[in-house]
Amino acid sequence: MATLHTKSAARAMMSPSVILLFCWMAVPLAMTLYFSFLRYNLLMPGMEEWAGLFNYEFFLTDPAFFSALFNTLILVGSVLVISVGGGLLMALLLDQPVFGQGIVRVLVISPFLIMPTVSALVWKNMMMHPVYGLFAWLAKTVGLDPIDWLSAAPLTSIVMIVSWQWLPFATLILLTALQSLDEDQMEAAEMDGASLWWRFYFIVLPHLGRAITVVILIETIFLLSVFAEILVTTSGGPGYASTNITYLIYTQALLQFDVGGASAGGIVAVILANIVAFFLIRLIGKNLEG
Amino acid sequence: MARTVSTRRRLAFTALAWTIALALFFPILWTFLTSFKSEGAAIANPPSFLFFDWTLENYHEVQERSNYFHHMWNSVVISFGSTFLGLLIAVPAAWAMAFSPTKNTKNILMWMLSTKMLPPVGVLVPIYLLFRDWALLDTLAGLVLVLTMVNLPIIVWMLYTYFKEIPGDILEAARMDGASLGQEILYVLTPMAVPGIASTCLLNVILAWNEAFWTLNLTAAKAAPLTAFIASYSSPEGLFWAKLSAASTMAIAPILILGWFSQRQLVRGLTFGAVK
Repeated sequence: MATLHTKSAARAMMSPSVILLFCWMAVPLAMTLYFSFLRYNLLMPGMEEWAGLFNYEFFLTDPAFFSALFNTLILVGSVLVISVGGGLLMALLLDQPVFGQGIVRVLVISPFLIMPTVSALVWKNMMMHPVYGLFAWLAKTVGLDPIDWLSAAPLTSIVMIVSWQWLPFATLILLTALQSLDEDQMEAAEMDGASLWWRFYFIVLPHLGRAITVVILIETIFLLSVFAEILVTTSGGPGYASTNITYLIYTQALLQFDVGGASAGGIVAVILANIVAFFLIRLIGKNLEG
Repeated sequence: MARTVSTRRRLAFTALAWTIALALFFPILWTFLTSFKSEGAAIANPPSFLFFDWTLENYHEVQERSNYFHHMWNSVVISFGSTFLGLLIAVPAAWAMAFSPTKNTKNILMWMLSTKMLPPVGVLVPIYLLFRDWALLDTLAGLVLVLTMVNLPIIVWMLYTYFKEIPGDILEAARMDGASLGQEILYVLTPMAVPGIASTCLLNVILAWNEAFWTLNLTAAKAAPLTAFIASYSSPEGLFWAKLSAASTMAIAPILILGWFSQRQLVRGLTFGAVK
């Protein structure tokens, strides 16, 4: 069916997307790689010189890097556990016959649609403020001492804020997957006397398998790059207590103007993300064949 | 589920679901309520939930003091501009991939997806420097460009999954009836493709509106969209919660409403068609 004519037409139609995306990806990445081998600070223009692996050595042995790596892992891991676990329970609940299901659904997915700077500032001030925040008021009402969330437990606070944003995402995806479950199969199992737990473990969970994997991998990609939530709440502090890799590189690049160091960090971040991406691509690739 | 359930069980599930849903929604509701309070009432302890003097003063003041609508306009330009530009580039590509696939189509799609995995911070430094040299920092044009590229893979993918659902037989039939390529596209395919394109638009506007890495790093004041404008509230002077709430309410309301009407499309777009 595809004649020579349509083939070249197809190529012409695809090329703008492909060329632009290639430029967008390859050119800056090549520049980052090049800068990462330079001693290059914007505050000292004209002093650029070849530095070999110095930037990498500096970045990878910096104690800040270890805090940031650790914080990144904690942030990604905790949010994944909370959002996927909570999302699964939420999806199972919303799949039950509930009065006003449409409205409940709308309420639940809303946090995902809020821009990150708004979520972070609303939580920072109106929820977590140690004196006027609602949490402080709740604590006082039940007779506890209010906690200064963002300075006493900065990383936990950010995990809470980010989980609040991503729990709806997991719920929405898993609920959608749940609703495509074969009704007859469930009924047959029920008639055969299969218990609730049995049905969940042997029918529902395998059916959700792929959706859960997709949620985990997509969330991981986004969670590795959490930025705005940290910028407007704790600015990575106190110290490096809530700095993740993305934020660390941002401070090196745009606050310390250390182009070389930030570029080395950027390459490290790209490598870390690639390890995750490798699995995601394979998973979604399989879906394309089906 | 269509199975019969006892009313009591149904009521129990309803109560539980509503409780959790309201708890999750509460910070948004609270922001909305606080936006109508005076600054004093906003920090009152114990907090008042409904019985306070409702006022529109904050909305007025947010606009007076910081020219809110300037930033809102920037958000509109950036999200719709990048969506339009993205569609312009992506529609032909997705079209070609769906209707005359070659053995490379799958690889190209996969490669496009992989560009989305590139952490933005990996290219922050060069993009920042290039933008500085080309005088694109803090300009709407620069942001439209960046957001177009950031979301292009999602647009192509989503359009592709929609276009693929258009049955090829219809094309054959039109061809048999002697339709030219132009007629085929105009009269047969376009009407069937419009819903998919509309959904893609919707998702992309939502994503671009809320994007907060590039918008924060590449703007200062002139081209700052709402994400960056709201971020400026992170270190304010004096009482500001009611004003923060008013600014936030206006910033999130349009997207919240758009999102409520496009839940299905969100799922599809965000999972690259893996969950429908």
